[in-house]
Amino acid sequence: MSEFFTVSVIFATLSTSIRFAVPYLFAALGETVGQRSGVLNLGVDGIMLLGGFGAYYAVLETDSHILGVIAGLAVGLLMGLVYGVVTVFLHAKQGISGIGIFLFGLGFSDLLFQELVGTPLPIRPLPRLDQLPAVGGIFEPLVELPVVGPLIFDHDLLTFLAFLLVPAVTWLLRKTTFGMNVRAVGENPQAADSLGVSVARTRFISILIGSTLAGLAGATLSMQLAIFQQNLTNGIGFIAVALVYFGAWQPRWVMAGALLYGIVTATRIRWQSLDIIPQGASDVAAMAPAVITILALVLLASRVRGPAALTRPFSRH
Amino acid sequence: MKRLAGGVVPLGAAFLAFLLGALMIIALGASPADGLAAMFDGAFGTTDRIAATAVRATPLLLVGAGITIAFRASVINIGGEGQIIAGALLSTSVALAIPDTPRIALIPIVVLAGLIGGGIWGAIPGVLKAYASVNEILSTVMLNIVAIQLMNFLLRGPLIDPIEVGTSRIPQTQRLTDNAALPTLVEGSRLHLGVPIAIVAAIIVYLILFRTPFGFRLRAVGHNPDAARAAGISVEKNIVSALSLSGALSGLAGVILVFGSESLRLVTDGGSAGFTGSAGFNGIVTALFGGLHPLWTIPSSFLFGSLLTGATELQRELQIPNALAIALNGLIVLFVVSSDRVRGWLDTRLDRSMKARVEE
Repeated sequence: MSEFFTVSVIFATLSTSIRFAVPYLFAALGETVGQRSGVLNLGVDGIMLLGGFGAYYAVLETDSHILGVIAGLAVGLLMGLVYGVVTVFLHAKQGISGIGIFLFGLGFSDLLFQELVGTPLPIRPLPRLDQLPAVGGIFEPLVELPVVGPLIFDHDLLTFLAFLLVPAVTWLLRKTTFGMNVRAVGENPQAADSLGVSVARTRFISILIGSTLAGLAGATLSMQLAIFQQNLTNGIGFIAVALVYFGAWQPRWVMAGALLYGIVTATRIRWQSLDIIPQGASDVAAMAPAVITILALVLLASRVRGPAALTRPFSRH
Repeated sequence: MKRLAGGVVPLGAAFLAFLLGALMIIALGASPADGLAAMFDGAFGTTDRIAATAVRATPLLLVGAGITIAFRASVINIGGEGQIIAGALLSTSVALAIPDTPRIALIPIVVLAGLIGGGIWGAIPGVLKAYASVNEILSTVMLNIVAIQLMNFLLRGPLIDPIEVGTSRIPQTQRLTDNAALPTLVEGSRLHLGVPIAIVAAIIVYLILFRTPFGFRLRAVGHNPDAARAAGISVEKNIVSALSLSGALSGLAGVILVFGSESLRLVTDGGSAGFTGSAGFNGIVTALFGGLHPLWTIPSSFLFGSLLTGATELQRELQIPNALAIALNGLIVLFVVSSDRVRGWLDTRLDRSMKARVEE
């Protein structure tokens, strides 16, 4: 135990926690926007897998992380178009159609991986701030600072983007016309419709935002791990959906949930690698976030009300 | 006419999905005719393969019948994977504890243990939904994760095969007693007792849902909870019952996956799909395709079982990854759930043309 409680190990673990939280955060923030508009997307995990493969393959072929990010975003957008048509225009039951998206993503990403790559070839990992070409040197002294170095500066750019998105999504939902429309169609689509807000268009755009961010979440995951394999996400997308409830549909609380998952995972892996806890205890600890989430849902369910029209399709008649 | 549209649309959805599948096979550089032939050969080519297809269909049928109960009560059960694992863990533990029990007693005991294990894993989200308003989609997904980690913990620790402890530490139980092995029905083939058990279970589910007051109440709650409540039906109790029964059937699938396997032991690869073959999710596809009717789920499960065994042959013969089957299942779900509205449009069109004809 004592080797864990040294300052450097604790800060290194926290630094890893922050990085682990990023895929959860991207996916859950996107899902927040979708759910605020009244649409549950349970297919996040499948979209993450497809986006993750797209990014991995792009980096494998071109060695460009920028193209990796673009691939992830594009795949997410494409899947959003599919899910938008299915839910907004065809009124499919959302919990189940999401499972369809998930299964498709699970199978198709594996199919593409086996067909195009076959063996898990590693890619160049996502560069940290001080490893960036050209400007990396500027950040080197910052990364070497005690405490704030590993905590704040020793990260890749996508990590910064993810945490900047928290205030950005809050602003989008609270201060912009689009955000007000999103909340209106999520709460009372009939009223919004009678005021001239297009429910279909608002929900469709919200789905596109959510799905694109899910694609980016998958891209971040595969590029951070610098690998792809079958079912790479191992349920991260499903947890991201739960984090939205856990965070009571508020971006900052969603972020808190994502960080909690990051901390629990990073601590468990660190303890195990330091032989502080045996494998068995690590397996038990891996249950903790899911159990905590269930308990949080029990506590929150009676206190927090979600968007009133969540999962309800809208039609004028 | 409405009945006609009802049957035609899911078939149309499946046809569309298979059309896309054929396109994928073309994109992968093979001919769809060869692909279809390989799949058909893989699923039905020999008596052994037909038996393998039936065995593959068994967990899908049980999970699908369970999903049908839940969906009929308007409860969405995404927790099939966890419930399969819970049933498998409890029944395996029981078989390890009382290995010398004669077969005639042991098989019913492990079946009961599986029903109880899965039932408990289904009852938890049921109680949480009924009495704490916790969304069952989320709680079942979370309980899948808990079940997987519980399996990893037990198979790496308390339940690990003693032979593995000092050696490679493969996370698996020891080979279970032959007394618990599901007997094969046709000598030399893999067709085992699990297949008729699942079919009987589906028929019982049909009788419960459509021929008993209990089933009527379940469906009433699913149809209109407010009306059901006004009629004096306890919505809460029926939600718990629906999810418990649904979980119990998945738990039974877990029993059959363990005690019908050739290795006769429970093995984990760290996730759930290695053991369940994603039956917890594929069972949803099976149930939807069976029109949420327990009897139609029987042929539906056989269809999806043949898709899975066929995909194995597709991989062997044409080097097309069998992940294609999972992708197709996803597409079928999307098409089937999207078809409700299309069916609505078809019905209106049919009604109108009928009216026009009558007026003429």
